[in-house]
Amino acid sequence: MTKHPNKAVVVWLAIGLAGFVAFPWYAIQDTAWYYVLPEIFQGSETANGLVQAFVNDRPWLLSGLVGLVIAACGLLRTAGKAQSTWLLAGGFVGLAGLGITGFTIGAVGWSVRGLNELFGELTVNQFGMGMGAFVVLLSLIVLFSFGLARRGYFKGDLFVASAVMCCSALLALFIAFPVTKALSGAFFDDNGAWSLAALVGRIADERIWTLGCLRGGYQCGVAWNTLFLALATAFGTTVLGTMMALLAERCAGPKLQAPLRVVALLPIITPPFVVGMGLILLFGRAGIVNQFLEYAFGLEPTRWFYGLLGTWLAQLFAFTPIAFMIMRGVVQGLAPSLEEAAQILHADRRQTFFTVTLPLLKPGLANAFLVGFIESIADFGNPIVVGGQYSVLSTDIFFAIVGAQFDQGRAAALAWILTLFALGIFALQRGLLGRQNYTTVSGKGDSGIPMPLPAGLRRTLYSVVYPWLGFTLIVYVFAFIGGFVQTWGRDYTITFAHFKTAFGLEWGDFGLVWAGAAWNSMFTTLKLAGISAPLTAGIGLMIAYLLARTDFRGRNSFEFVALLAFAIPGTVLGVSYILAFNVPPVELTGTGLIIVICFMFRNLPVGVQAGTAAFKQLDKALDEASLMLRATTAQTLFTVILPLLKPALVAALVYSFARAMTTVSAVIFLVTAENELATTYIIGRVGNGDYGVALAYCTVLIVLMSLIIALIQFTVGERKLGRRKGATTAAVVAPA
Amino acid sequence: MSFGVEFKDITKRYGTDPSAPFAVKGVSFGIEKGTLTTILGPSGCGKTTVLRMIAGLESPTAGQIFIEGREVTTLGPAERNVSMMFQSYALFPHMNVVENVAYGLRMSGVPKETARTRAVETLKNVGLVGYDERMPSELSGGQQQRVALARALILEPEILLFDEPLSNLDARLRRDMREEIRAIQQRLKLTVAYVTHDQSEALAVSDTIIVMNDGLIAQSGTPQEMYERPGSEFVAGFMGEAMLFPGDAKADGLVSLGPLQIVPRQAVTPGKVKVAVRPEAWQIDRSGAGGVRGKLLKRSYLGSLFEYTFETALGNIFVVSPDLAHVLDIGAEVGLSLADHGVSVVRVD
Repeated sequence: MTKHPNKAVVVWLAIGLAGFVAFPWYAIQDTAWYYVLPEIFQGSETANGLVQAFVNDRPWLLSGLVGLVIAACGLLRTAGKAQSTWLLAGGFVGLAGLGITGFTIGAVGWSVRGLNELFGELTVNQFGMGMGAFVVLLSLIVLFSFGLARRGYFKGDLFVASAVMCCSALLALFIAFPVTKALSGAFFDDNGAWSLAALVGRIADERIWTLGCLRGGYQCGVAWNTLFLALATAFGTTVLGTMMALLAERCAGPKLQAPLRVVALLPIITPPFVVGMGLILLFGRAGIVNQFLEYAFGLEPTRWFYGLLGTWLAQLFAFTPIAFMIMRGVVQGLAPSLEEAAQILHADRRQTFFTVTLPLLKPGLANAFLVGFIESIADFGNPIVVGGQYSVLSTDIFFAIVGAQFDQGRAAALAWILTLFALGIFALQRGLLGRQNYTTVSGKGDSGIPMPLPAGLRRTLYSVVYPWLGFTLIVYVFAFIGGFVQTWGRDYTITFAHFKTAFGLEWGDFGLVWAGAAWNSMFTTLKLAGISAPLTAGIGLMIAYLLARTDFRGRNSFEFVALLAFAIPGTVLGVSYILAFNVPPVELTGTGLIIVICFMFRNLPVGVQAGTAAFKQLDKALDEASLMLRATTAQTLFTVILPLLKPALVAALVYSFARAMTTVSAVIFLVTAENELATTYIIGRVGNGDYGVALAYCTVLIVLMSLIIALIQFTVGERKLGRRKGATTAAVVAPA
Repeated sequence: MSFGVEFKDITKRYGTDPSAPFAVKGVSFGIEKGTLTTILGPSGCGKTTVLRMIAGLESPTAGQIFIEGREVTTLGPAERNVSMMFQSYALFPHMNVVENVAYGLRMSGVPKETARTRAVETLKNVGLVGYDERMPSELSGGQQQRVALARALILEPEILLFDEPLSNLDARLRRDMREEIRAIQQRLKLTVAYVTHDQSEALAVSDTIIVMNDGLIAQSGTPQEMYERPGSEFVAGFMGEAMLFPGDAKADGLVSLGPLQIVPRQAVTPGKVKVAVRPEAWQIDRSGAGGVRGKLLKRSYLGSLFEYTFETALGNIFVVSPDLAHVLDIGAEVGLSLADHGVSVVRVD
């Protein structure tokens, strides 16, 4: 870097040129860009940028080339302010030119009506941007960021500057843009004209806000339904999760640790609706309980379980383990010396618990509540499986888009409400707690012994948590054996028929035939989740690094947008993608790529959180020492930080892979017959009442996922620290 | 006179908020080539910020920084010929000793074998042989320190920076390492900036001392100047445990402190002044005659000397006496007078 200050600029100029020459400019329908590489100098769809501009009459594409040329002029100047002006101007001209023409010239000429009147019909059209356009835009963004760095922003660090700008561009394109576009749909009335009344009319809809159920009427509005359910779920999961955490950390012996760990792992590797199905086998119309009641008391089986009760119970099962993991971390973080101090000051155990322990858990409780709330309103699988007539926003949005109604405006209005709920609780949590943080783990050893819980509390914990764990076990066992039973409720013959339907293998004339109906969706899911997991982990850790270790103007808004992805419910993100990316310049609907991108940005916060937590543990002096030894920021990242971040890397990889495999809400809008996913396939089976196949599939999915997670853990491995057992290393742990 | 490092009107404010307070409020100084300069001050005075700005880890809000006459204000750490030893040593915990030391060379593209050979050589120069394959966590504090020093030296920097390098060591090791750092600095003729809050450490190693207080330079000079002729109440109090007494400067140039008359080393303007007296500057007259009359209140035995506290008309006075043969008893009445060293007259702040 010292010897060739302009090397990076030259490289990125070359990449930009290559984007114009070596790749097809537009997205190719029905095939991948690398199949048409031989045809990039001909054809109207497959040509590269230069041919498109000169031969195919699309001269506006040259604005990108002009941008590159202007940036190249900067090379004649020495690195510094003068060069920065050229780089900034070049990047700006290229990005603005390509961006504006990209949004205004679409598949049928001008895509904005006013321009037709202004310039007349445009005979040439353009398709969605493809590989060539992507490479050119990337290089322009990087050159623009180099310009910023040369001007002295980002401490003059080219790498940090381009990382920040690229991440911002990604967040803007794949979160801010689609969500804004989708939500703005609520402002357009049926004729496509902008009107505030349309929004008010839709949001104030009777169906959404009626409180009929309180007055003994038939039903409450869908917004109230969602809110009741979310509050109940958040409250329930927080209480249960906290109790389990206290039990696990303070009462349970080593014997109980293994089952608790399994319970904590279950929701990661199971699709969220599995418990819903297990509950149906227990309490549904053909469930064990109803059958027993009919047998014993002659009661007619009904669908009493479907509705608020069923959904709530299913969500409690599905999300309590998440609250448990959050609270467990918080309980572990309590310094025992604080409780010892309280006891020295003559507080008995009960007083200590309620005056010291519990208040210290407060931020964790708020966090668990927030997560439970957001998970609940974003949940799609459980409401659709056990919701019955009890409709919630996420399912209503789905039916507004894919159902017979096809009412984009209503979907957008519902998405508004859902987003506002999420943002509201998010703001409430941040506002109430602020930066309040009682985490008391520090580099210094705290040798105190945690206080045993007061006896009354311990008895309460035992009497709640053990039955709950037993119940969880029963539900999972039922979900498991459901796949091996012919027809639940009628014919309990043990059979492998469902597995055969889903995963049958046959020897045909041409060798092995994947005859089962589920193979296709299984392979698609594995492929797409496998592609998205490393990307999610990579970008997530990169954003975490930028947030933790660099300081730049606009850092706060950057952090806000990155966290926003967490608060936006999956359903809203899915709807946004289908509304925003079905027209040029970004035309992705129906491809596997849009599902990968959706996985990435849906799961991004997980990667960011794993990374942020890890960076807090890593002494900043290590990065600085590496920088002082003349390593570049990129070298530092790859030789020092990444090897030390291995646990966080594994966590991010595992979570993003598992979440991609099990998510329903966002991708249900994006799947096609060609790109069917495991979860949506299962939901479809459940819709047909085909529980056997659905449960068999769930079983296979859970087993497969456990194996893959073990494999990731094994491959990436532990970080090499050469630590002595039990000894703490002063150099690794940052001083508090 | 050529400077290895030069600061011109440097100010530094953390964050982008214009209302944020300044950590450094306009500092100018030069560090002569081949000398060791200590930046000394209480915590929060801005001394570490100054060091990090030399390193390029922080960029100043305003002002210019020169290294070997070249302006480096906007350059990053990799583009300055500077190396630094961190307070926590910051040894990479996932690399062994040789890998840690060779890291800087490897990052500059030196082949692995060459880097390794030079790393072993550098380790030998700092007196660490036979630990090449150990992990940092398997070393003692002093050994870790040597690895960190070798790692900082291997790039043969023009400027070497130390951020409180001895604060994690015990007292014996501290003296050894202090002398070692000084010896290496003189052998390699390095320009060194050294941050510490320990004044005795600063006195022992420095060619020049810069005392900082509240983001400003309070005074700079040789160790002797700083100790014997402090320019302000703050410096007098910080360099050694001088006690400050209110005095009167008279038109004839003498300064009176109670019954005592002092001839100041530098001219003072008549009026109220402060007299800084070091505890070893008091002379005890056992007959009780002369100077300030005092009664012994407290006594501590420190092995090589006695610490006494006397009650006098000037308030309680803390005195250090090397006289181990004649121990005073509690309640003894003595006369206290001043020696001709260790007394200085400073402005009233």
